[in-house]
Amino acid sequence: MGIPYYPGCTLSTKAKNYDRSGRAVAAALGLELEELPEWQCCGATFPLVLDDSMALIAPTRVLYQAQQAGERVATLCAICFNVLRRSQALLKRDPEMLERINWFTEQEYRGEVHVVHFLEILRDDLGWEALAERVVRPLRPPPAPPMRGGARLPLLEGGDGGGLRVAPYYGCLLLRPYEEIGLDDPEDPVIMHDLVRALGAEPVDFPYNIECCGSYLTVREPQVSEALSKDIVVSARECGAQVIITACPLCQFNLDYPQRETEAGRTGNEIPILYFTQLMAVALGLPEETWGLEDHYVDPRPLFNETMKR
Amino acid sequence: MNCRALVIGAGISGMQAALDIADSGYEVILVEKQPSIGGHMAQLSETFPTLDCSQCILTPRTVEVGQHPNIRLLTLSEVVAVEGEVGHFRVRILRHPRYVIEEKCTACDDCAKVCPVVVPNEFDRGLAARRAIYIPHPQAVPAVYTLDPDACLGLFPLACGKCAEACEAGAIDYDMGPEVVEVEVGAVVVATGYELYQDEAVMAYAYMDHPDVMDGLEFERLLSASGPTGGKIVRPSDRTVPKEVVFIQCVGSRNPEHGVPYCSKICCMYTAKHAILYKHHVPDGQVYVFYIDIRAGGKGYEEFVTRAMEEDHTVYIRGRVSKVFSHDGKIMVWGVDTLTGSKVEIAADMVVMASAIIPSEGSRHVAEMLGISVDEFGFYTASDEEMTPIESGVPGVFLSGVCLGPQDIPETVAQASGAAAKVLALFEAAKVEVE
Repeated sequence: MGIPYYPGCTLSTKAKNYDRSGRAVAAALGLELEELPEWQCCGATFPLVLDDSMALIAPTRVLYQAQQAGERVATLCAICFNVLRRSQALLKRDPEMLERINWFTEQEYRGEVHVVHFLEILRDDLGWEALAERVVRPLRPPPAPPMRGGARLPLLEGGDGGGLRVAPYYGCLLLRPYEEIGLDDPEDPVIMHDLVRALGAEPVDFPYNIECCGSYLTVREPQVSEALSKDIVVSARECGAQVIITACPLCQFNLDYPQRETEAGRTGNEIPILYFTQLMAVALGLPEETWGLEDHYVDPRPLFNETMKR
Repeated sequence: MNCRALVIGAGISGMQAALDIADSGYEVILVEKQPSIGGHMAQLSETFPTLDCSQCILTPRTVEVGQHPNIRLLTLSEVVAVEGEVGHFRVRILRHPRYVIEEKCTACDDCAKVCPVVVPNEFDRGLAARRAIYIPHPQAVPAVYTLDPDACLGLFPLACGKCAEACEAGAIDYDMGPEVVEVEVGAVVVATGYELYQDEAVMAYAYMDHPDVMDGLEFERLLSASGPTGGKIVRPSDRTVPKEVVFIQCVGSRNPEHGVPYCSKICCMYTAKHAILYKHHVPDGQVYVFYIDIRAGGKGYEEFVTRAMEEDHTVYIRGRVSKVFSHDGKIMVWGVDTLTGSKVEIAADMVVMASAIIPSEGSRHVAEMLGISVDEFGFYTASDEEMTPIESGVPGVFLSGVCLGPQDIPETVAQASGAAAKVLALFEAAKVEVE
């Protein structure tokens, strides 16, 4: 019996590599993610207006669908996670709202489903030590690649601890608001740092690791989100990161896309943006087709081909 | 009634209480766990709102305490047990070995000159170094050197012994052991003082990551003419003069999430003082002060803050700081200006945090021994906060200073004199009975 799993829309379309690598990793660790037999969009934003019951209908439907499958539902997408966990918290403390929505949907959601992120399952069900034991290819750094003009990027030379230098980027929705999410310290999170360590790599702290990537502004005002994401990427690189990991498909896009190949060409300073599950798939020695490294604007494959040769 | 008093803690509060009682002709035993007296006031550069030199107004008091015929001063000592009741408290005091015979030491510094061990000087908050045998600062009372057994090479085994060779007075005794003094006293004044909060709220501002991020007491040492830089304001990291300095108020305090919901009371004033003194040292420097609101209740206090803003051209920004991190040799400070609703980013050279005041370590233990009640934060509570604000619930035990809650020097001194008056009233009443 697997863990009931809600993939959400993005992981079924734009971020299939997140879904694929996530499921493969889960299966390899004996934590099979079992997709809900029936599900719909979570609504993609948590309503910020107090009496907006309409916006709660979609997440409540998802929670009802999860209730049919079990006591908890796992997510990978940080946005779905945030919307569902907060909706669940709201419905739990506001029985009147729950009753009103149940009346409208004609479904009997009891308000008890635990919404968990896959990172929590790794930390709480499996544990980092157990994960570390399953690593067959500890992530070690490649030799520094030559830069344009023969210069070497000093940041890419081997790290102190010898591991691949991975910057965990948390963003907003995985952590905040703390009162309702409570997954980790909202100011000084460690959960992905611990994951990176368990994989034999070296976590890189950088000051922008909980700053907003611009989120949906990438649709309406892309220049705003590109400016925000540029600061994040530059900061991670300056702190020595060779790769950034995230748990959110929108963060992944917002950090990755602005680094795409443009007319001006590449600067040589691009840095791959991966889902944490992709990094895990590599470290756990899963088949290459589960990695999903081909769909990135900044191609991570050279980095990993080098890594794996060592 | 035993007409002898015990005063625990020899900061400005305990010193004042001891002097008032001793001047009235009664014997006082003054216990201090540090090697010298004066407490935090001895570390300060200037005092607000008069900008008096702190050492200059304190030193006459410390000297008087050290020489007073009615005061028996026990430094490097701790009260370890108290029994009995008002009039007859039996007190056990543990005297830690100084390894230097106080009566013989001439404070010539010959020992420190030959000592090979260098460790951070606590009095200078780690901004300067001292030897394993040292005197905390030149004005220290008692004017006696102290050997730090944790740092000394020669104590056991006899690997060094250089200081004993150099000491012409023969004052160094490696075999000195702890000593327990038992005394009976009639009344007790507790003045155990404070420390600065050093927990997650200051860590979030890169306190441990960057040497140029410091708390208020460290900045006092930088400002102090007798401090590690001789009063020159320089960055500990590279000894350059900081041209952009950010002061952050309410670090830890007024912050229920970090367990310190109360206001530390003195920070608005000492931050204004820091800003003024910095501008006097570095006239072309720029000061930014992040504040929640300005609490300057006190005679001349509001005017003092206004002076910092208007005469010394400091920039006060109403808002909190979200993050501090180093970048390109600068310290980046992210905050918000809540009056304009805009994000603020300052590339600073130095950051000074007004960290929350918390009760000093060991104050809870003192409370347990004496039966004093404490609040949830560890500050002592009076038997009645309004009408008997310096009386503990235990007859004969009086409270004074920051161990009751954050407060400034004049308030502390007033409380100390109040506590002394309470002790004297007890002693005088007993005298009348006898007569």
